[in-house]
Amino acid sequence: MYELQQIDKHFPGVHALKSIDFKIGRGEIVGLVGENGAGKSTLMKVIYGAYQPDGGTVSIDGTTVRFQNPRQAMDHGIGMVFQEQSLITNLTVAENIFLGFEQQFVRWGVIDWKALTAAARAQLAKVKLDIDPSIVTAQLSFAQRQLVELAKVLTLEERVDGDLVILLDEPTSVLAREEVELLFQLVRDLTSRASFIFVSHRMDEVLELSDRIYVMKDGEVVDVVAQADAQVETIQHKMVGRDIDKEYYREQKQQDYERTNPLVSFRNVSHAGSFQDISFDLHAGEVLCLVGTEGSGREAILRTVFGLDTPTSGTVQIKGETITHFNAQSGVARGIGYVPRERKVEGIVSGMSVYENMTISQMGNYATGGILKIGEERALARAWIEKLGIKTPNEHKDCAGLSGGNQQKVVLAKWRSGGSDIILLDHPTRGLDIGAKEDVYEMVRGMCADGVGIILVADTLEEAIGLSHSIIVLKDGQFQQRFEGMPGDKPTLFDLVHHMI
Amino acid sequence: MSSSTAALPDGPRRISRETLVKWAPLLVLVVLVLLFPLFEWLEDFRDGKDHIYLLDSRFLSIRNFARIAISASPALMVAIGVTFIILMGSIDLSMEGTVSVCAVMFALMFIGMGGTLASWAFLAIPGALVVGAVMGFINGLVHVKLKIPSFMASLAMGFVGTGFALLLTGGDRIRVEDEAFRSLLTVRWFNFPVMCYVALLGLLVAWFIQSRTTLGRNFYAVGGGEELAKASGLNVNRVRIMGFTLAGVFFAMGALLAVGRIGIAETATGNGFMFVSITAVVVGGTALWGGIGGVWNTLIGVLIVNVINNGMVVIGLPNWVQDGTLGLLVIAAVVLSTDRRSVSFVK
Repeated sequence: MYELQQIDKHFPGVHALKSIDFKIGRGEIVGLVGENGAGKSTLMKVIYGAYQPDGGTVSIDGTTVRFQNPRQAMDHGIGMVFQEQSLITNLTVAENIFLGFEQQFVRWGVIDWKALTAAARAQLAKVKLDIDPSIVTAQLSFAQRQLVELAKVLTLEERVDGDLVILLDEPTSVLAREEVELLFQLVRDLTSRASFIFVSHRMDEVLELSDRIYVMKDGEVVDVVAQADAQVETIQHKMVGRDIDKEYYREQKQQDYERTNPLVSFRNVSHAGSFQDISFDLHAGEVLCLVGTEGSGREAILRTVFGLDTPTSGTVQIKGETITHFNAQSGVARGIGYVPRERKVEGIVSGMSVYENMTISQMGNYATGGILKIGEERALARAWIEKLGIKTPNEHKDCAGLSGGNQQKVVLAKWRSGGSDIILLDHPTRGLDIGAKEDVYEMVRGMCADGVGIILVADTLEEAIGLSHSIIVLKDGQFQQRFEGMPGDKPTLFDLVHHMI
Repeated sequence: MSSSTAALPDGPRRISRETLVKWAPLLVLVVLVLLFPLFEWLEDFRDGKDHIYLLDSRFLSIRNFARIAISASPALMVAIGVTFIILMGSIDLSMEGTVSVCAVMFALMFIGMGGTLASWAFLAIPGALVVGAVMGFINGLVHVKLKIPSFMASLAMGFVGTGFALLLTGGDRIRVEDEAFRSLLTVRWFNFPVMCYVALLGLLVAWFIQSRTTLGRNFYAVGGGEELAKASGLNVNRVRIMGFTLAGVFFAMGALLAVGRIGIAETATGNGFMFVSITAVVVGGTALWGGIGGVWNTLIGVLIVNVINNGMVVIGLPNWVQDGTLGLLVIAAVVLSTDRRSVSFVK
């Protein structure tokens, strides 16, 4: 019913979509996969009306349509559930659901709040979310917000005659496994009223949910597979155009570590509201992985190690020294490097060059009396560009212009060149394509061989198992279980999930 | 030009937006310098007088350029001070009060210690810089420690400064008539008075701080990504306080040059600096949200503002036209320097 034919889209210097054919039938769930930069986002934007294609036709039930903006697409039943949460957190759930469409509840110029709330409750019922629509959105968990987003898009059902197409852009990225299950069940139930386009980095989820899967690479659809024929490896092969090494996580390079003189030592550490009574040791050459759902306290532990948060009780020792004052400066001074999840916000300063980004945490080493030795900074940057194979024309290039993987390498070079030997990685491979992920795994092994201790919050459970020497499973801020994970004796997904939920 | 033609590798080379934004202020300055003589020429042509374009211009003369440089020198110092703050993504509106206090304190110290540069009274110069630093420091403390937005903290501190200056003077004007000090204006090297060279020196010092010191790098880091600066172990609060202190020192420099120019220190010495300096920084192309720009941009901006002021007087336009033009120029500058596709909301 909804069909794209020969869609082309150009941007200055890029042919982003090359003659795309795409169609979705009534009640169908279509998966869309591809590496970063393959053109998924552009295609989504064409579908929901944010971009206008340069060539080709869009048709609904055989009628050619052209959307100038997302609102027009919505009027034709096409709605988008955004990856970046698009709810306004200081408004109530009901206000968010009908944001921009309050007119239907206006009587004599005044909003009829009772009617609005009742209507919102009806929408929430569709997604089986039992919350009071008049509470402020900020009070909801991420999973609940995701469902509210879906409910918001489902208001199309009443507004539009005809079929709905709903785009789900990485809807599971902030959800825990059981929340994902709920969402999937819901989506399947809703296929009686709508078709879905599902975009995700998690291949297993795409396979599980989709009836058909479009595989994109370099702005083209390289294959369309039916669920029955779909295999993770063949799809990945088509996405990257090459085989994925069986030793994806570089397990053959995993070495044992000395179990003496811990770099970081937590003893019954608690932080009010985020984690309680946590104890662990991190040794040189060890990768310690914190596993748990969103909000299980993983990030808070990283922040505490780095010094951004002050624990409410317990003892934290870094290299044998008990920490009394928690702040980021002393964390850096003790050799801790923090690679945060939000690369754009906390990873690199856009507008500053590669070499400026590398020395930002250690300017003191490259200055005498406050005056910078820029020659030395640049020499350092050149050395690390070489060492890590960072793809940049030179060290003066604005970091914002590098790809995600290369930005991540700059961030790692920043900490490693400053001599940090405790590295905290928060979702280091999030949003990276497969090749760049492998580079990161390679760097993790390299750092371990150099005697660095790493605390990792991984993007997927597979990644956590593959990379780590030891795994600590957390749930609601509580310690659940500890696993050893030497090659050949790694815990299974089931072992971990069992304790997470 | 449509985006599809731009994508062609062999198509005509476009001037990129970045290049345009980078050089636009200088281009505006050059156009202005050529435009005012054109008005003069038109006027004389209408009156039937002999006038060779550019050569017979009253605007385009060394004498007039010296005049522009004199009026621009104190403003340049103040604008450089606020440049550092804007680079951090904050704003400092305390300049009028700080300049007044520094001017008055300088005059009082100068006269109190002998009234001539040949005596211990020269100490009043570093003294004034210290006063500026202290005021900036307090300003920074109020902003950082009490967590008051910088525009509000500095605006309030500016009022406090103006009030304090009035308290010191009791509303009187203090004359600084020492010939050695007034040589800032009276002695000329290559047609330009000494104060212009002092301002140039100040600019070079500021450039050094901006590009070669950790402090300067920190300004860009805080302006470009405060969260990241924190997560990299920078003491962002300390950088902010030092930034405001440094700005205070440059405000004091501006105050010294302002007193040198007219030979009088009073509560009103600081008047007008806020509009001129903020306008200059913005017109020069330093981004209001921080991280982009620098002191050379500010030099161009100060010159643009002063060329407009001076040129409009030369061709005989009233004051309100000048202010109106500058206001429009500010909007044009921000429009040009903002990538509106990436900024979805402005508060």
